[in-house]
Amino acid sequence: MKNDFIIELQDVTKSFGNVNAVDGISFGVRPGEVVGLIGDNGAGKSTLIKILSGVHQPDSGQIIVRGQEAQHWNAARSRESGIETVYQDRALVPQQTITRNIFMGREIKNRFGVIKVKTQYEEANRLMREIGFTSKVFDPDSPVATLSGGERQGVAIARALYFDADLIVLDEPTTALSLIETAKVFGFVRNVRERGRSIIFIGHNIYHVYDIADRFVVLDRGKVVMTANKSEIASAEVLMQHMQEIAEMAHADAEPVGA
Amino acid sequence: MGLGAKPSGQQNAREDASELVKWMRKNRRALTSTLFLIVMLIGFTAANTEVFSQFKIYRSVMISLPSWIFLVVPLVFVVTAGEIDLSFPSVVGLSSYAFVSIVDRGGDPLLGIAAALVVGVVLGYINGILVVRIGLSALVATLGMNFFLRGFINILAQGFSIAIPEIRGTFIHSLMTGDTIQIAGNQGLPNQMLWALAFTALGVFLYNRHSFGVRVHCVGDNPESAAEMGIDVNRTRIMVFVFTGIGAALAGVFSVMINFVWWPTTGDGLLLPVLAGLFVGGTPTWGGIGTVFGGAIGTTIVAFIETGVIAAGLTGFFTQFFYGLIIILSLIFQRFNGGRVR
Repeated sequence: MKNDFIIELQDVTKSFGNVNAVDGISFGVRPGEVVGLIGDNGAGKSTLIKILSGVHQPDSGQIIVRGQEAQHWNAARSRESGIETVYQDRALVPQQTITRNIFMGREIKNRFGVIKVKTQYEEANRLMREIGFTSKVFDPDSPVATLSGGERQGVAIARALYFDADLIVLDEPTTALSLIETAKVFGFVRNVRERGRSIIFIGHNIYHVYDIADRFVVLDRGKVVMTANKSEIASAEVLMQHMQEIAEMAHADAEPVGA
Repeated sequence: MGLGAKPSGQQNAREDASELVKWMRKNRRALTSTLFLIVMLIGFTAANTEVFSQFKIYRSVMISLPSWIFLVVPLVFVVTAGEIDLSFPSVVGLSSYAFVSIVDRGGDPLLGIAAALVVGVVLGYINGILVVRIGLSALVATLGMNFFLRGFINILAQGFSIAIPEIRGTFIHSLMTGDTIQIAGNQGLPNQMLWALAFTALGVFLYNRHSFGVRVHCVGDNPESAAEMGIDVNRTRIMVFVFTGIGAALAGVFSVMINFVWWPTTGDGLLLPVLAGLFVGGTPTWGGIGTVFGGAIGTTIVAFIETGVIAAGLTGFFTQFFYGLIIILSLIFQRFNGGRVR
């Protein structure tokens, strides 16, 4: 059944000059599902994220939000559709409190611009508990600089949740994180999924993606070359093997015939 | 039962303590400068108990200190936003020239104040445009503006000062710089000090509780992140320069009202003591954090140095020496409040 997707791309293309960064991609995300988007550098992952978040408009193809084709796709439309993107740099201000980071640019305030400090604090506290912050060492008033890398990712995810995102796009959320920190991020992701929200988890590290995703979408040079449910793939090693085959095929394509 | 009650009581005590510790940690920069001011005043009192146990010495500091406070409060916003403004001495001069010209021609002092504010806002906006839109370095552009505007003042005034003794006794003059509250004998608390305190309170509120102040923090902390979350970074930056223009206009008006005279050099000597007070107060140079209250305390420290050194029986030759010593010492103290975090 197609129309249970909360968002769906159909044959979307985007090129820059004569580089076809995204070359006819179709895939969808269901509610409460974690989709792992994998691919090597230059596979088209970041262009695809920017299309989803409305930074780029696709050259052709359709974006279908809850069964309705979206017109004039842009960043505001994307947000209205319940898509929040957490970029790699996480867009945090480290010297400020967790609360300030969550509400940055969209403070809860009265019409004179006076911030409702108590409301913001309580909301931040609720969100932190909701996504699974358990540490007693910090509270919504703690500066983000006192948090670890995984916890900072959690703040960015909490911020996306506050704005009622149905789909949170995480761009390489575990890059440069230790095992323990990665586990924390996975914990946040699972809590978000339990609330019926969906996540697109983008990563290089196939082991990370295998652990957390329910479904995999593999990109190569702007095309979807494989989609598989987790049940179809026995282990991360098997997924790795598929990825290697794809890379070798790409390599063979590039090799001149008869060389 | 006694066993059960006791630990819970202890727990409450611990929670209270941790709230206090949290508050102290949050305000440690302002607390450090306040502590420094107290220690310095104790030192001065020990050196000359007779002078420092009387209200007179404090009153003399409170006459000129307010002008500094009107400058330091917006400058904390500028530095927190990751910028700097070195043009404020000349903005004080030019905006108070607007005020004094109107009063000297028999105009209403309120009209004069409005004119000074307009000049301050326009000059602040020009600074903002130079730095934000044209992309000049704030340090160099505002330094250039400081020279340019002082030159403009000199051309306008042709070296003449303007006296406005007629303002004495007007309602607006006694409201702004009179001694409404009498303390000891016929020594009053200068009203300008109350205005400066109110301005500081407004600054603290804007800085911590208003979306303007919060956005200034975010912009200075990481402008890319702020922009990604939809904050208009350029507008926020321009607004801090405009705010400094407003503070400079108020400082200029108060200064002329206190002295009854406008000089072509009005505002000239303010650059270094006000900036020293800002950093002594605990606002670091790198942006993203700071303290308005600390800034006000910092300028108070600087204002007391000269008075204190003389009153302690040292000659004027020692003033600069102590300026430097106290600035360096207080910055070392502030350093223990932590470096920059990313």
